[in-house]
Amino acid sequence: MERRVVITGIGLYSCIGTGKEEVTESLRTGKSGIVYDAPRKDFGYRSALTGNVIDPELKPFLNRRQRLGMHQPAMYAYMSTREALEQAKLDIDFMEQNETGIIFGNDSTAGAVIKTIDKARARKDNTLIGSGDIFQNMNCTVNMNLSTIFKLKGINFTLSAACASGSHSIGMGHLLIKQGLQDRVICGGAQEVNEVAMGSFDGLGVFSPRENEPTKASRPFDKDRDGLVPSGGAATLILESLESALKRGAPILGEIIGYGFSSNGDHLSNPNFDGQFRSLSMAMKQANIKKGQVDYVNAHATSTPVGDMMEAQAIHSVLGEKVAVSSTKSMTGHECWMAGASEVAYSLLMMQNDFIAPNINFETPDEDSAKINIIAETKDQKIDCFLSNSFGFGGTNSSLIIKKYK
Amino acid sequence: MTMTREEIIETTIRFLAEEFEVEKSIILPDSNLQETLDLDSLDYVDLVVVIEENLGFKPTAEDFQTVVTFNDFYTLVEAKLKEVA
Repeated sequence: MERRVVITGIGLYSCIGTGKEEVTESLRTGKSGIVYDAPRKDFGYRSALTGNVIDPELKPFLNRRQRLGMHQPAMYAYMSTREALEQAKLDIDFMEQNETGIIFGNDSTAGAVIKTIDKARARKDNTLIGSGDIFQNMNCTVNMNLSTIFKLKGINFTLSAACASGSHSIGMGHLLIKQGLQDRVICGGAQEVNEVAMGSFDGLGVFSPRENEPTKASRPFDKDRDGLVPSGGAATLILESLESALKRGAPILGEIIGYGFSSNGDHLSNPNFDGQFRSLSMAMKQANIKKGQVDYVNAHATSTPVGDMMEAQAIHSVLGEKVAVSSTKSMTGHECWMAGASEVAYSLLMMQNDFIAPNINFETPDEDSAKINIIAETKDQKIDCFLSNSFGFGGTNSSLIIKKYK
Repeated sequence: MTMTREEIIETTIRFLAEEFEVEKSIILPDSNLQETLDLDSLDYVDLVVVIEENLGFKPTAEDFQTVVTFNDFYTLVEAKLKEVA
């Protein structure tokens, strides 16, 4: 028999807040986390805009050995996971005795790799690199660090799927629990924020050049959008079987009822209507619900001209014109490997607090965005069920549907 | 690099306490180096790095075979610095 899968903990380390309370306030007030980062200009960036994420100080929480293998993705993920575990009422003693897994989304460690290579080139002796770098350099850095620190004994791997990594991590955790293979899985996404990580992405010319107005640069679905703004941080969701959550007396924040996915099998970077349509449709079929039952869509929309257009068309085709839609990337920028997880977390906070966060900077609709119900100002509204889209380079698509637990 | 034994001790205590995050006061001449600094196999990699950075030579695994206490370590450093000089 398939088991029901619920979410019992949320943790966030984001450019719009470190922790759920601060993030909820930012979502409610439509606060942008985007800044102009002058050193990027010296580096050669076409656009020096970025989400503003400060590296956390981990010394109060972790010893030297635990910290040595961590660079930004693992550092951010440690902070978000601490918060999520606390809310889920899970501690290390419990997890050492009761199998808990981790599937975290991450798709780069460029900042750490460059630091190591610079050191190796300067010293010309690899034995002088130090012991921590290899654990910072590997793409599974979040998993290896967190599983060690939190004494996790269950499934343990990193999921790399470009900007859908975080979303697929939740989808895979959901499937493992649903099938009875795991009772609890720590899922999420992490994204490094540094100049070496995003240079090649900037090189494609897809970042918004609106440097004189950082908070207005990310404007998904708006007719005058001119590109995305890179961002990052980490988000963690604790997924658990309903039986386990009830037995432990954990808070039940939502239930995952649909996971749809697809591959475009087409272009490396160009979006594709058919792939998005199939991902959305599969999630709806899995959830066994009709379009009128989805109250809110947290769109993937990154503020690129073609991507937003395709998604508006896909949402209109599958869910119709009435469902409330917003892209929180208007405030956060594109959190890339983290986005699929953070946007589920943001939507859960809206569901808990009965509001829909605004798609800020949506001033003028275009032909496609005019056909869907984009929420430009914060709206007080109960959400019983939401859908979150994530689409990545290489044509990897993921759609998750989550409802209130009843 | 020429250093007196006192200078070697002072320098060593400073960088070891900083790198391995221990109180300087627990680094005593007759204390066991591995136990005091709580070194595992990975930590020896970092020990080599900080020795090279602070004392200018790179010890080998064989060098550490004679090192049990901090005093043993200071003796090793004295000998190595003489070789370099």
